[in-house]
Amino acid sequence: MNPVFGKLTLEAIPYHEPIIMGAVAGMGLGVVAVFALITWLGRWKWLWTEYLTSVDHKRIGVMYVILGLVMLLRGFADAIMMRAQLALSYGANQGFLPPHHYDQVFSAHGVIMILFVAMPLVVGLMNIVVPLQIGARDVAFPFLNSLSFWLTFAGMVLVNTSLAIGEFAKTGWSAYPPLSEIAFSPGVGVDYYIWSLQISGMGTLLTAVNFLVTILKMRAPGMDLMKMPVFCWTALCTSTLIVASFPVLTGTLALLTLDRTLGMHFFTNDLGGEQMMYVNLFWTWGHPEVYILVLPAFGVFSEVIATFSRKPLFGYTSMVWATAAITFLSFVVWLHHFFTMGAGANVNAFFGIATMIIAVPTGVKMFNWLFTMYRGRLSLQVPVLWTLGFMVTFAIGGMTGVLMAMPGADFVLHNSLFLIAHFHNTIIGGVVFGMFAGFNYWFPKVTGFKLHEPLGKAAFWCWLIGFYVAFLPLYVLGFMGMTRRLNHIDNPDWRPWLLVAAAGAVIIAAGIGLQLLQIAYSIYKRDELRDTTGDPWDGRTLEWATASPPPFYNFAEVPAITGRDAWAAAKEGGLARQPAGPLQDIHMPRNTPAGFLIGLLSIGLGFGLIWYIWWLAIVSALAIFAVLLWRFFDEDTDYFVPAAAVAEIEGRA
Amino acid sequence: MSLRPGRLKTAFSAPFLALTTALLLGGCKLTLLDPKGPVGAGEKDLILISTGLMLLVVIPVIVLTLVFAWWFRASNTRATYRPKWAHSGRIEAVVWGVPLVIILILGTLAWTSTHRLDPYRPLAPADQTMVIEVVALDWKWLFLYPEAHIATVNEVAFPVGRAVEFRVTSDAVMNSFFIPGLGGQIYAMAGMQTKLHLLASEAGTFEGMSANYSGAGFSGMKFKAHALSQPEFAAWVARVRAAGRPLDGAAYAALAKPSSNNPVAYYAPADPALFDGLIEKYLGAPPASKSGKGHDMMHHGPGESGK
Repeated sequence: MNPVFGKLTLEAIPYHEPIIMGAVAGMGLGVVAVFALITWLGRWKWLWTEYLTSVDHKRIGVMYVILGLVMLLRGFADAIMMRAQLALSYGANQGFLPPHHYDQVFSAHGVIMILFVAMPLVVGLMNIVVPLQIGARDVAFPFLNSLSFWLTFAGMVLVNTSLAIGEFAKTGWSAYPPLSEIAFSPGVGVDYYIWSLQISGMGTLLTAVNFLVTILKMRAPGMDLMKMPVFCWTALCTSTLIVASFPVLTGTLALLTLDRTLGMHFFTNDLGGEQMMYVNLFWTWGHPEVYILVLPAFGVFSEVIATFSRKPLFGYTSMVWATAAITFLSFVVWLHHFFTMGAGANVNAFFGIATMIIAVPTGVKMFNWLFTMYRGRLSLQVPVLWTLGFMVTFAIGGMTGVLMAMPGADFVLHNSLFLIAHFHNTIIGGVVFGMFAGFNYWFPKVTGFKLHEPLGKAAFWCWLIGFYVAFLPLYVLGFMGMTRRLNHIDNPDWRPWLLVAAAGAVIIAAGIGLQLLQIAYSIYKRDELRDTTGDPWDGRTLEWATASPPPFYNFAEVPAITGRDAWAAAKEGGLARQPAGPLQDIHMPRNTPAGFLIGLLSIGLGFGLIWYIWWLAIVSALAIFAVLLWRFFDEDTDYFVPAAAVAEIEGRA
Repeated sequence: MSLRPGRLKTAFSAPFLALTTALLLGGCKLTLLDPKGPVGAGEKDLILISTGLMLLVVIPVIVLTLVFAWWFRASNTRATYRPKWAHSGRIEAVVWGVPLVIILILGTLAWTSTHRLDPYRPLAPADQTMVIEVVALDWKWLFLYPEAHIATVNEVAFPVGRAVEFRVTSDAVMNSFFIPGLGGQIYAMAGMQTKLHLLASEAGTFEGMSANYSGAGFSGMKFKAHALSQPEFAAWVARVRAAGRPLDGAAYAALAKPSSNNPVAYYAPADPALFDGLIEKYLGAPPASKSGKGHDMMHHGPGESGK
């Protein structure tokens, strides 16, 4: 092996693949265009001080959301390619994606959509909203928060690098051994998978630690846990799940790495390796992961439905307990991902029933949202449309989930397109709709102006209709015996349904186009859409009690809390947004480039480990350590904003 | 258990029967809802009954969502508005109680049906069950008939009405052995044996496939399963014997090399010890004469493994 370049040679760049090179060129042009735009606007210094080095939870949240939306385009491009391949590849026609490319596309689609779209959107909203909702000035560990984001960014860069240099995993997003072992996947694809997940997973874990401490220790005086907004409860439960489950993923991938690089035999076919252990461990993380994503979405729906019904959330206590119950139960159901692996009937039945029990607290949540609308004054704005679309869609997705929890039914539905329809039904209908509801709901808080309403509604209808057109055929195909991850079909009965599904993907594409248009048009028309009140929806929780966008210290005075829906209560009591009082100096964290630098160095570390460029990995690791040491011994990490400066910002001088 | 699928089926599956009939009449071949064997029939009934039970909650939720959203819309001045109303003990009892009752029923059904439809449960006494050994290779299926000493690639046949015990392993990566028209599937894993019991109650040809992605040749990893009358089956065996080449070590090594979209191939004679050997070679121990059929690690049915 070459000591300078490791396994990397010029052959690793797929010149002979016009589709891949086209995608690479597109991505490259996008990056160049962004760089050019920043240069043209003269915004490099602004970008550095206000974003790249920022430890402000709101700025970090915005960067997470942008990362998630950009990756949504990448992941959706993969989806369109898969639907197009299956619409074309019938009989003698092999379509346009040969297996070695198609298999990378569906693996990348899964990894990107779960870990680089859904996770960043969820974590981004948590970042923007949680400290504001609990009346805090920032998260508990602001530097750690910046580091978490840049580690996620590094993982994202690695996944996308695999497109241009080398290959991505051809194993599916779950990378089951022995297929993912070196004997069957000798290329760098699985290594890209492993290291992008390891690095971004570390970021996710640190985020969860940060939010656990923030929520438990930094709530405004008087805000008991049972007075917290439900979104904060879901963030707390999600953080708990991350802290408990992500180390399992880290450990499992570490064992797979040892197999691949050092010739060990944890999961290999021979010498005592146990592939079933990987499958169990993967889903010990993988099942909680879906609740990590969906619980915050449930939190968004709870906030939206209460605000727009002009009523407190129905059954708050039930909602909290249901969330806690789901948190616990999500750890005892992992085996339902492989009822067909040969476990005995007692084991299968136990895990099947445990899974069904989750439907009880989830059903309770559904009814609570229903009865929040009941006797309310529901204003049918964009966030509410997403919420209603979710309630109808998720009811169906939940039902098909409980059906698959029935081991006897799963024996025929497992790994079929019915399964694909089911989890897209819950992840799109639950997580994605939730993130879009939250995006529309909190956008004016972050920017100071609302998103354009008619375009938002049009995007919603395209997404909703597109979803049903794209995924209901997959339920039918599941019943017709079509399994997942096929790249070519011979069965003429499947064909019409695959064509309909492809049409559905086009409708969703129109929805995404309208969303981009909505954002661009709203920025263009920002003066007309401006909200000067800080409270455009007549909100109920604390984030609406400060200006939009909020000052960097969030609240001039830490609010005192006496009950749930603190801001609604304050408004009823006739309190103004900022009660006049003697202002005090505010203690704030200083920006630091340490997180950004470690993120960049992590890209080098990951790239070195993927390509066996050991000098690069060692140099990057040492440099990361050096930056950490520098940060640890940096005493000047915080400062006080003088009361006079606060008064000036607040216009109370 | 008092939950008889027959009764529940008539009570709950009526709407589905209508829907399925419509889809079937529309020329749509819903394989899973038109099974040709008792296992698939049991799985179909389970799907219809469970879905019917769940619709008891799901349909009201969807209808109420739309009705509440419409009636309590801000512009409807006739709707009651109670800005403080956020709790009702009676409603809470119902919203916890109703899902709980449904899940109790479904849970009971899950327990009984999981045992009834366990892929390891024999469908007939051992002397009336035909054993077929299945090996997943990159990327084709090898079927071994230990009694007839024949082997086939990407084609399997068995007599109609005869219980079949598929003993499944892999000599490559993980796959899932699946014949949707007959019901059920089970993973194929190297160094291990899993079992799937199936029975075709009607003659016919069924599509078989791997349901678990296994690499580049996965899409072509398909086979035909023929349920034949007794004389047809005997003729099929004779045809395999006549056309087949011996499946010795060299022939197996050539077959085991990765290849895609393999045509049907016949082998005779086939070594009846081949299957156990393929499992034991991964166990790191010398083949022991009295060992069972590989290690049956997760399944602890007493007296079941190695039968």
